[in-house]
Amino acid sequence: MLSRIAESLFWLGRYVERADDTARVLDAFMHRLLDDPGTDEEAACRTLFAVLGVAVPATESGVCDAQTVLDVLAFDAREASSVVGAWQAAHDNARGVREVISTESWECLNATRLALPAQRRAAGRLGPYAYLRYVRERAALFSGLADSTMSRDDSWLFLTLGRSLERVDMTARLLSVKVLASPYAPDWVTLLRAAGADEPYRITESWGGDPQSAARFLVLDPGFPRSIVHALATAERCLADVADATTGRSSQGRVPRRSRGQALAPSATRIVGRMRTVLEYLDADTLVERLPTVLKELQEACLAASRQIADQYFQYGTPVVWLQGKDS
Amino acid sequence: MADVFDAYTLSHAWDEMFEAPGTPRRAYERVFAALEHLDPDEVRFRAEQVARAFTDGGVTFAFGGEERPFPLDLVPRVIAAAEWDEIDRGVRQRVRALEAFLADVYGRQSILADGIVPRSVVLTGSGFHRAAHGIDPANGVRVHVAGIDLVRDVDGRFRVLEDNARVPSGVSYVIENRRITARTFPGLFAEHRVRPVDDYPARLLAALRAAAPAGVHDPVVVVLTPGVANSAYFEHALLARQMGVELVEGRDLSCSGNRVRMRTTAGEQPVHVVYRRIDDEYLDPLHFRPDSVIGCPGILNAARAGRVTIANGVGCGAADDKLTYTYVPDFIRYYLNEEPVLDNVQTYRLDDPERLAWVLDSLAELVLKPVDGAGGKGIVIGPQADERTLIRLRATVAADPRGWIAQQPVALSTSPTFVSDRFAPRHIDLRPFAVNSGDDVWVLPGGLTRVALPEGALVVNSSQGGGSKDTWVLADARRRLPREAAAAEQGRAALPPSVVREGVADRQAGPGPAESAQQQQQ
Repeated sequence: MLSRIAESLFWLGRYVERADDTARVLDAFMHRLLDDPGTDEEAACRTLFAVLGVAVPATESGVCDAQTVLDVLAFDAREASSVVGAWQAAHDNARGVREVISTESWECLNATRLALPAQRRAAGRLGPYAYLRYVRERAALFSGLADSTMSRDDSWLFLTLGRSLERVDMTARLLSVKVLASPYAPDWVTLLRAAGADEPYRITESWGGDPQSAARFLVLDPGFPRSIVHALATAERCLADVADATTGRSSQGRVPRRSRGQALAPSATRIVGRMRTVLEYLDADTLVERLPTVLKELQEACLAASRQIADQYFQYGTPVVWLQGKDS
Repeated sequence: MADVFDAYTLSHAWDEMFEAPGTPRRAYERVFAALEHLDPDEVRFRAEQVARAFTDGGVTFAFGGEERPFPLDLVPRVIAAAEWDEIDRGVRQRVRALEAFLADVYGRQSILADGIVPRSVVLTGSGFHRAAHGIDPANGVRVHVAGIDLVRDVDGRFRVLEDNARVPSGVSYVIENRRITARTFPGLFAEHRVRPVDDYPARLLAALRAAAPAGVHDPVVVVLTPGVANSAYFEHALLARQMGVELVEGRDLSCSGNRVRMRTTAGEQPVHVVYRRIDDEYLDPLHFRPDSVIGCPGILNAARAGRVTIANGVGCGAADDKLTYTYVPDFIRYYLNEEPVLDNVQTYRLDDPERLAWVLDSLAELVLKPVDGAGGKGIVIGPQADERTLIRLRATVAADPRGWIAQQPVALSTSPTFVSDRFAPRHIDLRPFAVNSGDDVWVLPGGLTRVALPEGALVVNSSQGGGSKDTWVLADARRRLPREAAAAEQGRAALPPSVVREGVADRQAGPGPAESAQQQQQ
């Protein structure tokens, strides 16, 4: 498949997941602010901005409160890490790959984008929850449609790869909120609920409200699809399949550059596989103490893997510009 | 309840639906019967459904900076089988003549030697490219896809308004319009035997594959688009999707050693046929505009070397220049030895000083068109123009007579179109699409009917407030539609249920309500 298309699909997967996860984080966070009026709202909001890697907007009053958080992280279309911005970016990427994603998936993305302004107006009246819920549902619809209407070929692999990496990153950030700024963070139950994990968690781990077990579940549970280990494993599988598909097909054509003298596994696979192994061999009992380091490493690994994938698969030309005149 | 057709008034233009007030033409009887008693609210509801379907699908275009759904009118345009037969023959004939003309002009140039067309007319055309000389298409086809714009005059005769042999667009709207109209009026659609339009992508793919360079048995076909910002991007994506081929941009292609390749995740892969939706000027910066960043440098040399086929071929603009248009009936006689099935609109060339003087004096009664304008750009309709426009036009035309043609205004036929709360007559045209596979020219039964939405307007282009209609070509009563033939062949209609039952396995169901349900409620 075309490199440009692969890149768009990868980012389409990432952005839909980002919109979904950001909505989940905001939901949990808002819940916490309402739940405990004693929270230092200003500090809590600044922490959230920091964890999501978004600059705190400079306002006239200098105040950073829940409204600022919503205005920027939910409703600011220019911010690629906001809910609406991520959805818009997903839509823009999808536009360039209309011919490879199914019509139904495309219509879901497009109809949602068009409906968001009305949803925002409704949020002004009813509070942000309906809005955040709407985005989560539409992200689920998109995933479901992609699941049931796309062939399991390269396009599917890149879409899923992007989604899995973003999920690793966002779940790590969701936990960072709790780990780095515990006093302002939602309690474990709310966090679990934000990740859709509270019920599976209760079934898997016997309920004790133990922070160890909740963190363990979100990071290490191999069976829960939003856990970090599960998402890493999915990404790893996609990378392996992509490598198979691309080198397998090239045997009849020209040998692509990257497979020459390649005894080592491609490096994105190595980064992702290493992270998964590190987690799997981690001493589960001391997880919470080591969590700050692990979460940072995870986020850095996502960054590195994403860059490697781009180097390896998304190489295509920038337009040729012809110099005219004396200097050329 | 006000009847939706109450205020429908006929002008002197040919009306597609009515032969007299309240009396529909035969082909329209059922459509009229179905619409006549509709409540305006109901019609509006369906119109909103249609707009919604286009908006959700992203079939929109920018109008004044706002994203608008492509306007599809609810009332289909119906063409009877006999009428279509004439169009079909006329369009095929025209495409064959254009094809012969291009082969001649970029080859032996016998038509110029024989003085049928002045050499200067051809060589000064902006669509004529010397670079295209010597590029011999593998199967002799240059115009793989053509769109021939037709209008209907006051007597109901179809006439050719212009030819589009470069990159005619709009076929995706034909396919989408059908999909959505059939859903909006399922009953009405089912009552008619409408010839299907959805095999266009398959026909196009077959024609593109047939045009592959010599020696390539399983060619790789791609659609080359300028990119997502192009107004026809939706169409490029739809065609690529339905043909199952890659949609590429210029930056996805590379060309070296006269071979074109695309950059994929599995390295560079060869490309054999490029269905390009980019104008000649932007196609290859080595030959045309050097500042083009959407083309593929070197592709023209690769085509000349016979390694890749560019469809439509480079230089097809020589055949659809509006001045060349005036000679097409002569082409038909010269190359095909036939009489034109479809006439041109009465057109005047301005090469003769006397005629030029007459035209300049009669600007207010004529339509003036720039010869290389597309999409209704630059056209001045004399009877509708104000004094200042005419004065300016007079100076422009006098300065550059080669750049203009004059036409008698045609009162385009009208068709009932839903406007706010009732049906009103609006002018329409028709663009049938022809696909040339080398062995055969196939005309898509239907084509794009465009509507000029402002009252009395004669320019139907969507960039100027135009809409469209689904175009229903009725099947000949004696001829079977392909789907009917297929059904008959398989004897599906006669298949008794018992045979079907034998061919399937039993269905399973889960456990029913527990027998203890009643006790459980205690």
